[in-house]
Amino acid sequence: MAELSASTSLGTQSMRDNYMAMTRRRRAYGGIILAIFVVLMVTGFQTVDARSAGGFWAGLPQLFDFPAGVVSEAWDRIDRMPANLATYFPALIETINIAAVSTLVGALLGLVLSLLSTRGLAKWPRLIPVFRRIMDIMRALPEIVIALVLIFILGGGPIPAMIAIAFHTAGALGKLFSEVAENADLKPVEGLASVGANWSQRMMLGVIPQVAPNYLSYTLMRFEINIRASAILGFVGAGGIGYELRNAMTFGMGRFDLAAAIFVLLFLTIVFFDQISSYYRNKLVKGYQA
Amino acid sequence: MTMLSTNGDLRQQTADLFTRKKRIALAVPAVILAYLVYVFIAFDVAGLADRARMDNARTLVADAYSYKTHVARDNRDAELSFAIEGSRAGTYPAGEYPEWVSVDGTNMVVDLGAGNFVRYLDDTLVTFESPDFDTITLQLVNDVVVTNLPDPAPDWVNASDTRVSITTDAGRLTYTRSKAEVFRYSNGWELFFFTLTSPYHGVGLGDILTGPQLDDSRSNIVGAWQDFWGNTLWRHTDVMWALGETVLMAFLGTFGAAIIALPLAFLAAKNFAPVVAVRFAVRRVFDFVRGVDGLIWTIILSRAFGPGPLTGALAILVTDTGSFGKSFSEALENVDEKQIEGVQSTGAKPVQRYRFGVIPQVTPILLSQILYYFESNTRSATIIGAITGGGIGLFLTQAMQTQNDWEKVTYYIILIVIMVMVMDTISGWLRRKLIKGDGDGH
Repeated sequence: MAELSASTSLGTQSMRDNYMAMTRRRRAYGGIILAIFVVLMVTGFQTVDARSAGGFWAGLPQLFDFPAGVVSEAWDRIDRMPANLATYFPALIETINIAAVSTLVGALLGLVLSLLSTRGLAKWPRLIPVFRRIMDIMRALPEIVIALVLIFILGGGPIPAMIAIAFHTAGALGKLFSEVAENADLKPVEGLASVGANWSQRMMLGVIPQVAPNYLSYTLMRFEINIRASAILGFVGAGGIGYELRNAMTFGMGRFDLAAAIFVLLFLTIVFFDQISSYYRNKLVKGYQA
Repeated sequence: MTMLSTNGDLRQQTADLFTRKKRIALAVPAVILAYLVYVFIAFDVAGLADRARMDNARTLVADAYSYKTHVARDNRDAELSFAIEGSRAGTYPAGEYPEWVSVDGTNMVVDLGAGNFVRYLDDTLVTFESPDFDTITLQLVNDVVVTNLPDPAPDWVNASDTRVSITTDAGRLTYTRSKAEVFRYSNGWELFFFTLTSPYHGVGLGDILTGPQLDDSRSNIVGAWQDFWGNTLWRHTDVMWALGETVLMAFLGTFGAAIIALPLAFLAAKNFAPVVAVRFAVRRVFDFVRGVDGLIWTIILSRAFGPGPLTGALAILVTDTGSFGKSFSEALENVDEKQIEGVQSTGAKPVQRYRFGVIPQVTPILLSQILYYFESNTRSATIIGAITGGGIGLFLTQAMQTQNDWEKVTYYIILIVIMVMVMDTISGWLRRKLIKGDGDGH
């Protein structure tokens, strides 16, 4: 009896020792990773601070100078605000149009690319890796790169921005779409194949209806992102509200009421489309699961 | 009878359903088409052909894979000069010249290939010899450029008393009062590895590794390594720094935002918020920060912190604090209460409940989100860098502004794509390790 209890306590003891050793090891690893992370953050911040024209601590007190200036000027000329908003409204429409068209074109392109690069659905299974690499490259290219090159050739305006965003969108959505399509049920496709449907018929009737809610939800999310992107591309010369914002900024002190009007328009637009898109996305995904 | 009527009803219903579906199936493409037509007009796509500068496109494409060497003779002191892309860093040292030029005193013959020769003869006489046209002679007489060109000159020649420029597929000759200059095109990226001042220029890789020592003071490998990174024309070291700076901007911005957003997310989560009013206020702050786009934050911050990577890092930090705050608080609202109760039953204090009851549950989700943002912020950092002037984005815009450094633009684009893909791969691998099966679909 005594022997037994001794051996049990011994077993518990060794188990406890093992557990404690494991915990200590885990803590040590966690501590090391945390230490590396802290060192990276601190040295990274110092590097960035040293390589910038104005330092962090020098700039911090001035942080609110510009927003305060904009707000006070906008407040002084609040009577002009409606007129300013009206002036920039067409530019805002252009920005939204750029985002909408590029999302539409990008989503259609992404749809085709995703079906061509999904196992079990692809028209040419051997070419799956090729289409995947194409999408990777399309996704990796930041919009601004394509936009700047196209502005050089096509001149400023909405078209370079549209092509640039559509290109990136096709790659980004193509990947998400293909992840959804991978989980699609293949039975309808087989059924359609058995009655002699060709590839595009199989995709249109067998796959698209299954994946449409998820695809639409991703497309809406992308639209939201693309509105922001299209405003940024405007800032480098691709038309729309971003372009007007850059001009308004060069007017400088005294005309910040114009910049304020653009800030307001952009803010309201982003919040508006954020809300709409998240409402419909919730609806789409919930309806799909039910 | 009843059976029949039900059948009839069903048939009617089915027919109605099909008509409705048919209508929708036709209406959706019609609406899309109508919208595209509207945009076609609004964006003036038809006028694009007039606005497009196809000559710019040709310059761009040609420059992306080829370069030109400027060969010139001064018309006053007969001095010869050879410079790649006309830049100082690409100028051949005195007495050295490309192998397709043969020099004899102040005279020389430039072989443009395919039977095209430009001969620099005595005095200021220059001839352009080609199988495609009669030899053209150019000379400076009393400060006027005199040629044997017919009048009017062919359209590939642009001639006046002070300047004649002949553009052919083989190369270009420009003759002005001050100098006669030939531009010869060659394939490749000029001086990508070594500038002309380096002893390793034009030496093959095998010779550098195994050949005789080219520089007395350094071994070949060390010397080649130093000269490659010290290349003054391509500035490889600076470019690598810029790439690092871009990744650093994304790193600081993303993780800084996560550190700030995590405690705030507790305040904004339904099941942790101490006061409803605080929760509401914090949520509105998140919405506001997200709504004020990254572009506006970039502009505001660049006013305070000036151009450079600091502004970019802070802009990412501020924008993502909003996004993280929102998604973190959603993740916190979905935690399992049982685990917290379990920890509480052992007598844990509130902080310990968070540490052992909540954090282990949400860590994989949060880390996965942070990594996803880190990856996508590498791209954003390139864009923000182009606006505020930091990292590889700055190099890209600078190279584009000169409008003749397209080989560098190509180089930077390739580097950016590689950088983003590497970040994609690393973050994807880490995320898969963190949570088996990334259910988020990102």
